[in-house]
Amino acid sequence: MTNTIETAENEIIENQPILIAHDVSKWFGKFQVLRNANLQVKAGEVVVIMGPSGSGKSTFIRTFNALEPYQEGRITIDGIPLTEDIQNIDQIRRDVGMVFQQFNLFPHLTVLENVTLAPIQVRKFTKPQANEIARQLLDRVGILEQAQKYPGKLSGGQQQRVAIARALAMEPKIMLFDEPTSSLDPEMVREVLDVMRSLAKSGMTMLVVTHEVGFAREVADRVVFMDAGQVIEDTTPAEFFTQPKEARSKLFLSQIL
Amino acid sequence: MNTKITIKPVRWVQKNLFNTPYNTVLTILCVWVLWNILSSLFSWLSQSEWAVISENLRLFLVGRFPESQLWRMGAIALIPILIASTLVVRRSQAWNFVLIPLGLASITWLANGGFGLPLIRSSLWGGLFLTLFAAAISTALAFPLGLLLALGRRSELPVIRGISTIYIELVRGLPLIGILFMAQVMLPLVVPFRLDRLLRAILGLTFFNAAYLAENIRSGLQSLPLGQSEAARSLGLNSIQTLRFIILPQALRLVIPAIVGQFISLFKDTSLLALFALFELTGIARSILSQPQFIGRNGEVYLFIGLIYWMFCFGLSQFSKRLEVRSS
Repeated sequence: MTNTIETAENEIIENQPILIAHDVSKWFGKFQVLRNANLQVKAGEVVVIMGPSGSGKSTFIRTFNALEPYQEGRITIDGIPLTEDIQNIDQIRRDVGMVFQQFNLFPHLTVLENVTLAPIQVRKFTKPQANEIARQLLDRVGILEQAQKYPGKLSGGQQQRVAIARALAMEPKIMLFDEPTSSLDPEMVREVLDVMRSLAKSGMTMLVVTHEVGFAREVADRVVFMDAGQVIEDTTPAEFFTQPKEARSKLFLSQIL
Repeated sequence: MNTKITIKPVRWVQKNLFNTPYNTVLTILCVWVLWNILSSLFSWLSQSEWAVISENLRLFLVGRFPESQLWRMGAIALIPILIASTLVVRRSQAWNFVLIPLGLASITWLANGGFGLPLIRSSLWGGLFLTLFAAAISTALAFPLGLLLALGRRSELPVIRGISTIYIELVRGLPLIGILFMAQVMLPLVVPFRLDRLLRAILGLTFFNAAYLAENIRSGLQSLPLGQSEAARSLGLNSIQTLRFIILPQALRLVIPAIVGQFISLFKDTSLLALFALFELTGIARSILSQPQFIGRNGEVYLFIGLIYWMFCFGLSQFSKRLEVRSS
């Protein structure tokens, strides 16, 4: 009996978008960075956000875990409205993992401690429990043997993979990637993209701001194109890269392809 | 071979000291000045009498602390050694926050008495013990206060930020001696219970140093990239956890040299307490020098206490160097 109820609930959850951003607007002083930006993401979807620099794409995904406040519109994540309510923000941050362009690992903690800190402090895991989970995740991203090192001793690609493991240790429902390969040396881009690819295959809901066309083509369910703080196009990768509708998308693609 | 060895220093002297007429004049002048200083120093040393030190050694170390209770000073001397060795064995930051306050509390108890020990008024404390005691207690009090002020100055709440900023800028704009006088005169007016003269002096030192410490700590907080707190917050850590596990460990490590520098100057500043009839090193030196049999022995006494001040300050700065190396 419980089984049928769970299945029914799962179906409802699957049909409902896990992330809804409706008419989100944001200003830095007088400058408007986001203009009624809209986005809906379903559980398990991989959405790549592209756009010229300054188009507001990073700012947009940073609003989804309240790293950036927004002034107008509404954002709902897994049914929880993202308002100024601190409790809601804390809950949402637990459900939304984030990977940064600059990795932002904690340099004073070992790789293992980077991954276990939040599970121990926030999810109240015991140290052995957290270590066990961390080891599994570090193994999954291929850096288990570096667990006792400090982040400064690792290459950029390795650091970014630790950052992914660190975010995954909180068992988030959504993962946000803010240009995860932009500050990497070219030969390290692939190892990070491989990890993200396998993460997508495992069914993780992902929002990725990136310029990696190959990754978008191969992995993304949808490509969202932003310009001047607006979502201009929201379509499949096949359509976006072959027949973009908007003039600005065409111009952008002609510059990066 | 032989000629080479003898010629080298001569050449060096020619090349570095007498290479131009100007440098020749300068060299002769310097030698003349040095000669005068050293010869008068030696003639002073030959006439100096160090009995003033050896006869008053106890006063220099512990002041007028009663002889029957001197074992308490011995016990106090053991406490820092015990704490230091425990911290070496157990290299955990958490122990600092338990052991150091506990150690200072037991030192205060041993010196002051109560709970079974006879009371000894702080006017009988003195010498090196009082210097170290005043420096240690005001350091221990100034650190948390400075930390709170540094955080307060960066607070998003305007009232807290305003109060912290006003406090810091007010105190930094006043000379220490003025703050010490204000603590002596004005604290009794605003505090409902009686404050010991020594306690008022220690509070004065604390208030003064907290403001400077706050600025040192703030510079460490500001030098951390914003991404550190963003990463912590995005993992679900709340603001207190972010401070405790991410921001403070990194920020404090960055400002260790500045903080130790601040503590060194605090240690030296305790000599101002002599002005308030407290007999720490400088105070006891002045009172020894006012005794008829030791009049005129200023050189010996001040050289001696100067050496003690220097030893502790040098030790502290070496300690800070090792801390830096260990934490990098």
